[in-house]
Amino acid sequence: MNLSRRHFLVLLPAAAVAWESVLAGTPEASPNYTMSDHWWGMLIDIPKCIGCGNCVRACQTENDVPDGFFRTWVERYHRTDWHLENPEVISPDGGKEGFPAVKEGGEGEYFFVPKMCNHCADSPCTQVCPVGATFISPDGVVLIDPKYCLGCAYCVQACPYGCRYVHPEKKVADKCTLCYHRITKGLTTACCEACPTGARQLADLKNPRDPIHEFLKTHSVQVLKPQMSTGAKAFYNGLDGSVR
Amino acid sequence: MSVFKDAGHLFRFAGLFVIAFLIFLVVRHYVVPKSFGQYGHYRGAAIGEIASHPIKFAGHQACEDCHTDIVDVKTKGKHAHVNCEACHGALANHAADPTSVTPVKPDTAVLCARCHTASAAKPKNFPQVDPVDHANGVPCETCHNPHSPAIGADVAAGGAK
Repeated sequence: MNLSRRHFLVLLPAAAVAWESVLAGTPEASPNYTMSDHWWGMLIDIPKCIGCGNCVRACQTENDVPDGFFRTWVERYHRTDWHLENPEVISPDGGKEGFPAVKEGGEGEYFFVPKMCNHCADSPCTQVCPVGATFISPDGVVLIDPKYCLGCAYCVQACPYGCRYVHPEKKVADKCTLCYHRITKGLTTACCEACPTGARQLADLKNPRDPIHEFLKTHSVQVLKPQMSTGAKAFYNGLDGSVR
Repeated sequence: MSVFKDAGHLFRFAGLFVIAFLIFLVVRHYVVPKSFGQYGHYRGAAIGEIASHPIKFAGHQACEDCHTDIVDVKTKGKHAHVNCEACHGALANHAADPTSVTPVKPDTAVLCARCHTASAAKPKNFPQVDPVDHANGVPCETCHNPHSPAIGADVAAGGAK
């Protein structure tokens, strides 16, 4: 045997790396959709939201979301001058059937805040998954592989926005896919399709012609919990400071 | 090579490690899905599986391709930017098979009220009414064409359903 110990040790990791690339295989060809051409996000225009619940119903229809669970929901904030930091927040059945009426002339301000997965670029939920079942796709959508998910619900706890749940029948984590089955076909999401006022707009941050770029430049746009550095891509226009 | 003199027991031990490593690689080859690690620490094929779910909302483009008469009325009215399925519901089945799947006409008493019932929580510039005060049980479509809701607007636009 002419191989020296030094050479043998050098070759071992190299062989392992080569074997890895053999196992990985070649990426599948996708005829009409190139993942690297997109980086998806969502624009939510709070002054336009009327709290009709169309998005919640559309999402449940499109994605077969079980009753009592929500991939998107609408919250109504009531912020009085005395409780700026502690607004009253309601979301009866996710806002699916609307909200109780509010009489004109009441104290404080009311507004609706639609919530959904923020599709964070540096998401805590994907970092805690012990089996690699949840991930951010190359086009910026946080997805769950239901065949790999164990249902341990670590990610449900890790999401700072409360956007995940464990599916009661499938017993795996479930969440907004940004209607991945629609946006890859050139359609918009079900919630955007159903929103009557245009309060939600799907945004492709890699598309230079997307109106999101102009909007971000000309409006006061924030994300939820920016202090957590999640890289959230649900951009809120007109967000009140009391929204958590 | 003097370095490897009397080192047979070390090679046998190393051989055991190599065999164990090869067994590990073989098991791993069969257990780990082919696409795992294609894009990152996850199964790459999952992306395609999620993307292949069937759609339920056809999208307004699919509606507008056939219902051009409605589009003509709608584009001139205040509901120009309201997508068809915002009111009519998910109709991908109808778009795929227009003859056998016929959509149900929505009930305006429920539908219009959902957005236009007055509430101080809604944006001030959004048109809102108290349904009882405004119509008192008269169906909305008696006066308003939902596709172009300003009274008389649909007549100006050439008339339609």
